Amino acid sequence: MNVQIYSFIFAMWVLMLIGGGLVVVFIGPLTFAPDIEPTITSGVKVIFTLLLIFIWIFTLTKIKNWIFKSQIKS
Amino acid sequence: MEEKIIAAIIVSAIAFFAIYAFTPILIKFLQKRNLMVKDVNKPGNVMIPRPGGISILIGIVASEITLYFFFPISEILAIIITSILGFSVGIVDDRKTMGGWFKPLALAFCAAPILLLGAYDSNLDFPLFGSVKIPSLYLALVVFMIPITGNTINSIDVLNGVASGVTTIASFALAISLFILQNYEIGLACLGLAFASLAFYKYHKFPSRIFPGDSGSVMFGATYGVIAIVGGVEVIAAIAILPAIINSFLFLSSVKKIVEHREIKNPTSHTDDFKLKSTDDNHAPITLVRLLIAKKPLSEKQICNEVLKLTTFSGVLAVITAFMMGVKI
Repeated sequence: MNVQIYSFIFAMWVLMLIGGGLVVVFIGPLTFAPDIEPTITSGVKVIFTLLLIFIWIFTLTKIKNWIFKSQIKS
Repeated sequence: MEEKIIAAIIVSAIAFFAIYAFTPILIKFLQKRNLMVKDVNKPGNVMIPRPGGISILIGIVASEITLYFFFPISEILAIIITSILGFSVGIVDDRKTMGGWFKPLALAFCAAPILLLGAYDSNLDFPLFGSVKIPSLYLALVVFMIPITGNTINSIDVLNGVASGVTTIASFALAISLFILQNYEIGLACLGLAFASLAFYKYHKFPSRIFPGDSGSVMFGATYGVIAIVGGVEVIAAIAILPAIINSFLFLSSVKKIVEHREIKNPTSHTDDFKLKSTDDNHAPITLVRLLIAKKPLSEKQICNEVLKLTTFSGVLAVITAFMMGVKI
């Protein structure tokens, strides 16, 4: 049984739950001063979301490389 | 509730038996027309009929039209039209190998019926934390979702029975999740997809008697994607197909560009007893299959079973997530 691949799926699931939580709790309700254009607020939210996605992909890439290298070594 | 149970039985039976009965006829037709491709993972020159997408189209569309008679709502209409469009994109690719960008772009247009019929809710629901309203961003998500699911199922269609097996398990998990969330009409639509893919799996499983082709695998993915959107279960749907998403993610993170899967170096090779082993070529992409055989060579059947076990695991996670949707921190 490939425990590491099951762990990879589990890690993806946990990251999705955490990412979702951050989006709902912090990024979604984000507001600036009333005189700032709503488009700018939306743009900032998109940037934060993209940053989260980047961290998510970066983390998963590191886990993937670690799994593949350890599979080859064993 | 009685009407929904009757609809569930009829829709499931039509989806299953339409494909179960029509696929052998299609196999004979394709053999007669010599529309066959080599099964590269079998010793010798084993030729398999392709595409089986026509039979999948008949099963899914017949069951969803029947469901529309029970519940004439725009969401089911969007499922029917998007599925047919997904099939059309796949059949073009079956007839003529298109460039890597063709399928994502063409599939993005397949999302048009969802937008035109207004069959979506711009709230994105997450477990434990509630939902976030993203009206403009959600439109982009709708346009991206169909190419992602279509290509994801298409790119895992590399071994006998994997695409149909993954779709079957993920669709049953998604249908259960929709029933848990009391979204019965879309749950029934998903049940149609689950039984359609189960019937096709009977002929596609190792050793395959027919291949779905791009028309079949892209249609499976497009139908799955549209159900996720109109059912408002995008996150759960993504969790249920995590092994297939991992495959696409591994592929993209090692190739670092969008290419047609037939254009890339094969990440696997064969041992003398025709088991699959990881290639020594450092430039070949890392895929889920390559990850599974990195430690030791496995037979095609063993790899298929491993992928289906992984999908069952992610299906269980999807159902747990559905239960968590009702819980707020």
